[in-house]
Amino acid sequence: MQREPEDGAPATRDLRDLLPGIEPERQVNDWGRSERVEGFMDRVLYDFYYHLWFRCEVEGIEHVPAGGGGLLVSNHSGALPPDGPMIGKAIKEEHDRPRPLYMTVEHFFKGYPGFSMLLPKIGCVPAHPANVHRLLHDERQLVLVFPEGVKGTEKLYRDRYRLQRFGRGGFVAAAMRAGVPIVPVAVMGAEEAAPVFGHVPLLKRLTGLIYFPITPTFPHGGPLAMLGYLPAKFKIRFLPPVRTDDLGDEPWQDRSLVQTVAQDIRASIQEALVDMVATRKSVWFG
Amino acid sequence: MTSRRVLITGLSTYWGGRLAQALEADPRFAAIIGVDKTPPKVELQRTEFVRVVDQHSLIRRIVEAAEIDTVVDTRLVVDSIVTAPRLAHENNVIGTMNILAACAGSDSPVRKVVFKSSAHFYGAQQDDPAYFTEDMERPHPARIPLERDIVEAEAAVRDFAERQPEATVTVLRYANGLGPALRTSHTTLFDRGLVPMLLGFDPRYQFVHEDDIAGCLEHAVRNDLDGVYNCAADGVLVLSEVLDLLGKRALPILPPLGTGLAAGALRRAGLHIPAEMLNQLRFGRALDNRKLKATGYRYRFTTRETVLKLREHQRVAPLLRRSGESYRYEEEVEEFLRYSPSVRPLARETGRRLVNVPAGQGGAAPAQGSQVTAYADLGGEEVVALLPSLDGGDLRELRDHERSNAGRSGVLEAIDRILDGKG
Repeated sequence: MQREPEDGAPATRDLRDLLPGIEPERQVNDWGRSERVEGFMDRVLYDFYYHLWFRCEVEGIEHVPAGGGGLLVSNHSGALPPDGPMIGKAIKEEHDRPRPLYMTVEHFFKGYPGFSMLLPKIGCVPAHPANVHRLLHDERQLVLVFPEGVKGTEKLYRDRYRLQRFGRGGFVAAAMRAGVPIVPVAVMGAEEAAPVFGHVPLLKRLTGLIYFPITPTFPHGGPLAMLGYLPAKFKIRFLPPVRTDDLGDEPWQDRSLVQTVAQDIRASIQEALVDMVATRKSVWFG
Repeated sequence: MTSRRVLITGLSTYWGGRLAQALEADPRFAAIIGVDKTPPKVELQRTEFVRVVDQHSLIRRIVEAAEIDTVVDTRLVVDSIVTAPRLAHENNVIGTMNILAACAGSDSPVRKVVFKSSAHFYGAQQDDPAYFTEDMERPHPARIPLERDIVEAEAAVRDFAERQPEATVTVLRYANGLGPALRTSHTTLFDRGLVPMLLGFDPRYQFVHEDDIAGCLEHAVRNDLDGVYNCAADGVLVLSEVLDLLGKRALPILPPLGTGLAAGALRRAGLHIPAEMLNQLRFGRALDNRKLKATGYRYRFTTRETVLKLREHQRVAPLLRRSGESYRYEEEVEEFLRYSPSVRPLARETGRRLVNVPAGQGGAAPAQGSQVTAYADLGGEEVVALLPSLDGGDLRELRDHERSNAGRSGVLEAIDRILDGKG
């Protein structure tokens, strides 16, 4: 004799206990994330880039929550952005309790052959509000979003370290709904590692990509040359978390509050970036 | 437990037959009637089959005559390899409307409608969420005929639910079914040694085992679940993982551009990949199954176990095929077994039914107790009609039972008459 409310939404609190169990025999999780592929990428690429190439320096890793959901918000840059994987690697290397990090990417990649196959395997998830909510709230995971989106990665070298518009603040609403803290992250170095000098609209249309950039190595070096980053010094600064569970009932309904929080977070990242760039002596040696 | 008299439309579909088998084991379902265009494909003990082509006036008459309180609609065509698109449209849209019309009206005895739908309702597209929940709509209107029909059929069900607010209307949206007895476009694909895939894509897949398909239907009949429920096994695999479990090799021959053309060429070569499946091969799909789980249903198999079961079946299938044993519905035999006075009641009630009846009828032994339960459901005239098939000892026992329970004088007289005759 069960009667459920028609909209189903209020019952989510109990539904968390009904998540499917983990089958240890599997190597790919329900999001399509593959331990094997990720391990391979980690050994072959991330380790090298993190330790040797970018010589990542991390500040404030303690701001990343050790348990429960958490939404990381970062600036975004570089034609094939190295910032996401480096943040993930930083948590894995420096945090007391290393946790997997899910990165949200454009829906576009789900429909592009190759990307569609690879990206989910290394922990990328299409940036659908329902996906972010399930990860943050139901599965209590860490999620990394780039609110600048394509506007961040396609911006030219001359606009470096100038944060683009933060969309409509959807990420703030998502964190509020899930009741998880937002951790702003400022990444320095990615702008110089993969600078974009211009765009080729015709090739963009022919390849069906979201943008077709000209970088120091691409397109003349072939598709894999996208990985040919310059050895800029990386600095990743995790800023103090912003709580979202103390803003009253259903704060995500309050559009102006959402926008205000989004603006505050954008400002804090911008401020941190300016501070980091101001104190750096060299692009390559930090 | 409110449901007692059940009508299953689409009895000859796999899930319709399985549901009937599951329900007839429980004596609390006094009547189980199945309608379909073709005879049932599974062996049934007491389910009555009526051949009806979706005509709502006939179904209406059956519903009223049998005082049906629960209608389970399992007719929906959810796979394009089953029927031609036009027939599927006829069945899915017009057929659904007819059946709902037969259940509607203020004087209708129907209190519950269970509608078997499909996750094709959501489609499979680029900007889908990773998990569909029941309150989500597809992001773009359906263009594939099969999906459009399913959306339309569900709209009719929703409309029915609004007009009949006192009726419980359950919609079950199933993920792709998989199992030894099911023939779907996915099982035909997975039966090949080299499985064609879309180049550059590794979609997420979720299945539901055939036992769980029947299980969810039964769960919806036994409990009052109002609204829409997703039915899909726990766990989401990627296609490459599925093929790994099945021991198959992937053959990425479908190009990302001009996929439709390539699928057309494959079709001429004997492999039919319908349009709705092409989308799944590209974008994949998964459902959030927690709403149904919250009502108490427990899936017997995870997606991974479902795939492994299929693997087991694929190993033994070549051996079983040679034995060639399958059930065929013989109308005269079935009618004889159900209605002839010469069939002894014990024989009529054989099989699962006796085993599964709940105990607790006085101090009688379990088998006898169940016999008595069935007996209590019979009307006086029915009992009299059965009497000639009993021998002297049974008759005496029955007389004692009748005297101490219902005590119908007509029955007692009839027993005495026969006993006198036998001397």
